[in-house]
Amino acid sequence: MSAQVYDETSDRTGGEKAPTLEMRGISKTFPGVKALNGVQVKAYAGEVLALMGENGAGKSTLMKILSGAYQADPGGEILIDGKPVQAGDPIAAKRNGIAIIYQELSLAPNLTVAENIHLGDELRKGAFVDRAGMIENSKGALERLGAPFGPSTVVGSLSIANQQLVEIARALHANAKILVMDEPTTALSSRETEKLFHLVKRLRAEGIAIIYISHRMAEIYELSDRVSVLRDGAYVGTLVGDEISADALVRMMVGRDVTSFYKHDHDKSAAIRGEPVLQVEGLTDGGRMVKPASFTLHAGEVLGLAGLVGSGRTELARLVYAADPMTGGRVVLKGQERHFKTPKDALDAGIAYLTEDRKAQGLFLDMTVQENINLGVIDRDAGRGGVLDLKRARERAKAAIKALAIRVAGPDVNVGSLSGGNQQKVLLSRLLETNPAVLILDEPTRGVDVGAKQEIYRIIDKLAQQGVAILVISSEMPEVMGIADRILVMREGHIEGEVGGTSGKAITQENIMALAAGVALEAA
Amino acid sequence: MADATSNEARLPDVPAQAGPAAEKGRRRAMASSLIQTLGMLPVLIILAIGFHYLSGGRFFTEQNVSIVAQQASINIVLAAGMTFVILTGGIDLSVGSILAAAAMTGVIGSTFGPVLGFLGIPIALLTGLGFGLINGALIAFVGLPPFIVTLGALTAVRGMARLIGNDTTVFNADLPFAFIGNGEIPLGVFDLPWLAVIAFLVVLASWFVLRRTVLGTHIYAVGGNPAAARLSGIKVWAVLLFVYATSGLLAGLGGVMSAARLYAANGLQLGQAYELDAIAAVILGGTSFVGGIGSIWGTLVGALIIAALTNGLILVGVSDIWQFIIKGLVIIGAVTLDRYRLKGGART
Repeated sequence: MSAQVYDETSDRTGGEKAPTLEMRGISKTFPGVKALNGVQVKAYAGEVLALMGENGAGKSTLMKILSGAYQADPGGEILIDGKPVQAGDPIAAKRNGIAIIYQELSLAPNLTVAENIHLGDELRKGAFVDRAGMIENSKGALERLGAPFGPSTVVGSLSIANQQLVEIARALHANAKILVMDEPTTALSSRETEKLFHLVKRLRAEGIAIIYISHRMAEIYELSDRVSVLRDGAYVGTLVGDEISADALVRMMVGRDVTSFYKHDHDKSAAIRGEPVLQVEGLTDGGRMVKPASFTLHAGEVLGLAGLVGSGRTELARLVYAADPMTGGRVVLKGQERHFKTPKDALDAGIAYLTEDRKAQGLFLDMTVQENINLGVIDRDAGRGGVLDLKRARERAKAAIKALAIRVAGPDVNVGSLSGGNQQKVLLSRLLETNPAVLILDEPTRGVDVGAKQEIYRIIDKLAQQGVAILVISSEMPEVMGIADRILVMREGHIEGEVGGTSGKAITQENIMALAAGVALEAA
Repeated sequence: MADATSNEARLPDVPAQAGPAAEKGRRRAMASSLIQTLGMLPVLIILAIGFHYLSGGRFFTEQNVSIVAQQASINIVLAAGMTFVILTGGIDLSVGSILAAAAMTGVIGSTFGPVLGFLGIPIALLTGLGFGLINGALIAFVGLPPFIVTLGALTAVRGMARLIGNDTTVFNADLPFAFIGNGEIPLGVFDLPWLAVIAFLVVLASWFVLRRTVLGTHIYAVGGNPAAARLSGIKVWAVLLFVYATSGLLAGLGGVMSAARLYAANGLQLGQAYELDAIAAVILGGTSFVGGIGSIWGTLVGALIIAALTNGLILVGVSDIWQFIIKGLVIIGAVTLDRYRLKGGART
């Protein structure tokens, strides 16, 4: 991947003017992970800078450093209008004119629009809150945005699009010079999106520097004057004006080689695939997150499910497992149509689901390794009256610790004290103890160190060879490409296409990214 | 502290440790787990010894220890049920009222005759179980918050308890099961009150359910992480129904014990504020208010601390008003101490 072409670290200003915001040499190290490495970004007044990159490329981390939510590693610099500013302080960031509108809006739904706009900056009359003053004060900002609601409206009663307007009004009220919008259109209809674009353009014309984070190529074309791309926590380059094209951007975002790190032994040809085990037909949650989706999973196959965050991958998996209620479609397991009401039904039928959020949804952190590993099978093992078979449980725990090389002093250690990789292996052991025919793995290596990652890949590979049908959801493209036999790509709630297998399309990052972002590429 | 083990576990590429370092780590882990298990026991011992000296040696007499055990026993039974409930992250405010209602039906049932009168016991137990099931159903199936449901039951069941006896005190001087409340099992050196025996059996049974059955594991799981519990195939509704039903049943048992002691029951006064002592015992015992962590042995110690405090303060001659103030402060102080003790532990 010819990264050099785009690798330009030199200045690329839109003219003579100095940048409103310049971030230089920003690095951020989390325990064990370097999330950002010497990243630079420049934003100019009256311009829209789009920030692009795969999931986990470091966009959010960078913006959190800008907003003061995170402290960058020493050595980097943030300059506003050429003057260095104190980083790592949210209040100072606000005073410096930085406003960020996150995907999850940060409004108080029980308060009025005017109160939200003045949050933390309430007007007073003596000791009392000056409601009338705040309402009067908000009118200007709302009119400027063309808001179809008044300042006394309760925010919780507004649509997401209108709540966004309140956030923008709040930013304007705080005299923001730099406005960051993190995927603002994900929850908007196409008409609302169009309105938002008008507004963004108007704010740009008013001289605000806008940083726009988005995965959607069409939005980038429409709005951005410049596009900066991050990849794996590093700055790749910036495209200006006419240079912006889908081909170039996709290549910049994925430009790296798939290493043998992920390689697994078994042949990727469709020939070795076993019988169909799980058939999903038109499964949907009523179009909320998942539009009718169909796929077939075969014994001994590793099927990847790729797509951007929010494309509905997890939601689809949860529908299959009956973790969320489905409104339509069929789930056929081993040739028999099944109607699962609860996860227990799915589990009893032989489907196991590894959640993407092991701490919140998977593990019992205050319970021991042994208890966590055995939780799915204790009722099968139990004697009369539900009395635990502790001897059996200990044997299972010891065997699992050995088989999955879980690094722990013993089965009685609390799971909460283990490292991420070992926690994940404990959770995986719990699923494997139930002997599932279908294994759904949602981000199986999230927050796991490199060594444990490789071991988890080895386990997945071994299970597939034993005939388990495996569906793997992953936001790490090299990972899903490395371990899957074929890959379904989701976009905005439906399965956009397939690569590998019998689809005729090769498993390449470009092909996947094109499907995920919804752009047609020249034959790759 | 358990830090030693957890750090070793955290190192990614160190093979399972061996040699003297491991031995040391294991010993430290054992010591830490011993401290965790002991919990508030040292506080109980210090209190008892303190009262013994302050009262001029009247605390550790055969008679007084027996009185403390009797006074503690009803609260132990209620607190055992409360432990189940709080382990799931819930609360049961209605146990005092249920106790009163069960005592009423129990005493009324006991008037059926010298033999048939024993029916008073199952009648009282079923009364408690019934109310507990109603609480549980509202929480498990309708999804109402436990605090609200049992707060409502606290008032409504109290009203029913008064209704059952037409707002009078019911007596039965020939209560067939009065031995439960006042009888003792002679053991030669020591006479063991029946009340204490029942309380101890309830604790043993609770320990067995919590630590040796699938259901107990599920109770801890639901309290520790309800979302994960559902995803891992646990019937969360069944667990919730069980714990509130158990709490109701044990409150019914408390009603039997109470009635047996008094030969009477009164819907208005009996069991007033008992739920608060039961909750205090559970919390003193180190059970987490958000669920998932705790043990029945801790609850036993907690209930004994409350009984020792009440009894000791009377022995020492502290006035009624100051007894309240001191009891409240000791509960807060003991739990504060507990927080500091646990800070060095494995939980982060």
